[in-house]
Amino acid sequence: MSEPILTAKNLKRHYEVKGGFMKPNAIVRALDGASFSLTPGKTLAVVGESGSGKSTLARVVTMIESPTEGELTIGGRQIGPNGAAGDRDLRAMVQIVFQDPYGSLNPRQTIGQTLMEPLLLNRPDVSAQEREKRAREMLTMVGLRPEHFDRYPHMFSGGQRQRVAVARALMLEPKILVLDEPVSALDLSIQSQVLNLLMDLQERMDLAYLFISHDLSVVRHIADEVLVLYLGQPVEIGPKEVLFEEPRHPYTKALLSATPVADPLMRKERIKLTGELPSPMNKPDGCSFNPRCWRKLDICTSVEPELQGQGHCFACHNPVPEDETAAA
Amino acid sequence: MTDAASQPARPAVPPSRLKEFWSSFRENRGAVIGLFVFLAFLVVAAFAPILAPYSPTEQYRDALLVPPFWQDGGSTRFLLGTDAVGRDLLSRLIYGARFSFFIGVIVVTLATTLGVLLGVIAGFAPTWLDTLIMRLMDIVLSFPSLLLALVMVAILGPSLLNAMIAISIVLQPHFVRLTRAAVLAERSKDYVTAARVAGGRPLRIMFRTVLPNCLAPIIVQAALSFSTAVLDTAALGFLGMGAQPPTPEWGTMLAESREFILSAWWVVTFPGLCILVTVLAINLMGDGLRDALDPKLKRS
Repeated sequence: MSEPILTAKNLKRHYEVKGGFMKPNAIVRALDGASFSLTPGKTLAVVGESGSGKSTLARVVTMIESPTEGELTIGGRQIGPNGAAGDRDLRAMVQIVFQDPYGSLNPRQTIGQTLMEPLLLNRPDVSAQEREKRAREMLTMVGLRPEHFDRYPHMFSGGQRQRVAVARALMLEPKILVLDEPVSALDLSIQSQVLNLLMDLQERMDLAYLFISHDLSVVRHIADEVLVLYLGQPVEIGPKEVLFEEPRHPYTKALLSATPVADPLMRKERIKLTGELPSPMNKPDGCSFNPRCWRKLDICTSVEPELQGQGHCFACHNPVPEDETAAA
Repeated sequence: MTDAASQPARPAVPPSRLKEFWSSFRENRGAVIGLFVFLAFLVVAAFAPILAPYSPTEQYRDALLVPPFWQDGGSTRFLLGTDAVGRDLLSRLIYGARFSFFIGVIVVTLATTLGVLLGVIAGFAPTWLDTLIMRLMDIVLSFPSLLLALVMVAILGPSLLNAMIAISIVLQPHFVRLTRAAVLAERSKDYVTAARVAGGRPLRIMFRTVLPNCLAPIIVQAALSFSTAVLDTAALGFLGMGAQPPTPEWGTMLAESREFILSAWWVVTFPGLCILVTVLAINLMGDGLRDALDPKLKRS
């Protein structure tokens, strides 16, 4: 296994919100201690329900926001509080593809301008002809036609736009690509096209992907490793096969049991979670999953479980026993 | 919307933005009429020395207060008659169009530049600067606009230039508010973040990425401000605080001749009509612009 290109240690991102008149300010713990690493050519998928801190994680890794606490090392260099400001090499290392292909392209720029902008800003030594040549090549690489170069985004469909967004992200030849739910806004048939394109590009350019999604069937298709986030904290992390076959954390098991299976004869025991995701402003004591957990012990309400294990790690005092997981 | 990708046989060129704009602008008949009237006035203003039969300031002492040609006592020598000191009214009105457009262009340029600049800064600034700018604009807006302009001209001294500066300052808060609102709406979109990830510096993001996407409401406001500028300058001129006689500015002409409102109606009526028609045409055009440029109001 090659060296990791990105390592995150205990990454936290907190936001302060005004409490209003005569109330103290509250702290939203959007991301609360995530550790993981990315390896070239591999995909780490991050799953979790809405509000679990997935997008915050994406913004921190892309250096759009700086972490409140924790260490982020990219390509052997530790990221300071300024992020990538003023550092073109670092900027070029990590690029992002957004969820909504309708909002992520500038409506006043042609596709060509959109693709050439990163080069214009970060590679001043590249001549104008060379810029255009590279942009046109990239357009072909993501499966669009050369005549699309001078068109505006409103003339494209969602899938085509997402291809443009991928092309833009790849213009600087990054090592890491953060994919923030890249296919969840697309039709099912287009989803697989874009996913195949992404997997193809990963193989060709040896990219490390941080793939954020709430769609487990997509994750099963593309991921090598899976990280399950709950309220900004990783509750389970492990290789895809192991995690899907033998989930040890009750939350992961519940999440997996909610995936629809296209087999009407197969009876599945669906674990229904009760209650809502607690507010990240006011987390429960102990394990943050305890108010919704059906395997809750006394210790769960007082002591926060540590993430433990080798390769396949989970943070639970009373994990699902291994023989039980096989049935899931 | 044209989906060009679905017709691989013939790579149809999608309609350009200008064409699309014109087709939706054309739907509004009033706006098209307004546009043509506006263009007609523009031509008149541009070719004033060729079109005007006489100099606007030359006094024909043998023909004081001559009525228009279709009335008793009028002649085709002075088509729209003369004023109290024997100047040809038609020539004065034609030259007056120059002043009105000059005023409109300068005032709108000043107000838009300053207002958009402040608005973009307020939209991107930290809270304290944003609050400072916006409260200042609120103070300007809280005065009746003409009164504020009047006070400023009184301080600066009455002249056409000072009137234009005063009106620009009065009009500019509208641009600040409009721009700030548009910037705030655009700023949170993903393409702005993408530009930041691509390495765009704050100034580039403010003026190259975000501003072009906020232009539609600003253009509409600029068009409507044009008519306000013409109207306000005329009002200042009428109050003696704008252009000074013998400048053939429409508002000033009105003021000079209001004592003849009963005895020689034409001296008052024609400058007034000119102001009315110009302002109406510009407002109609501005409404059409809004319909064509603002996708939220677009019918289709």
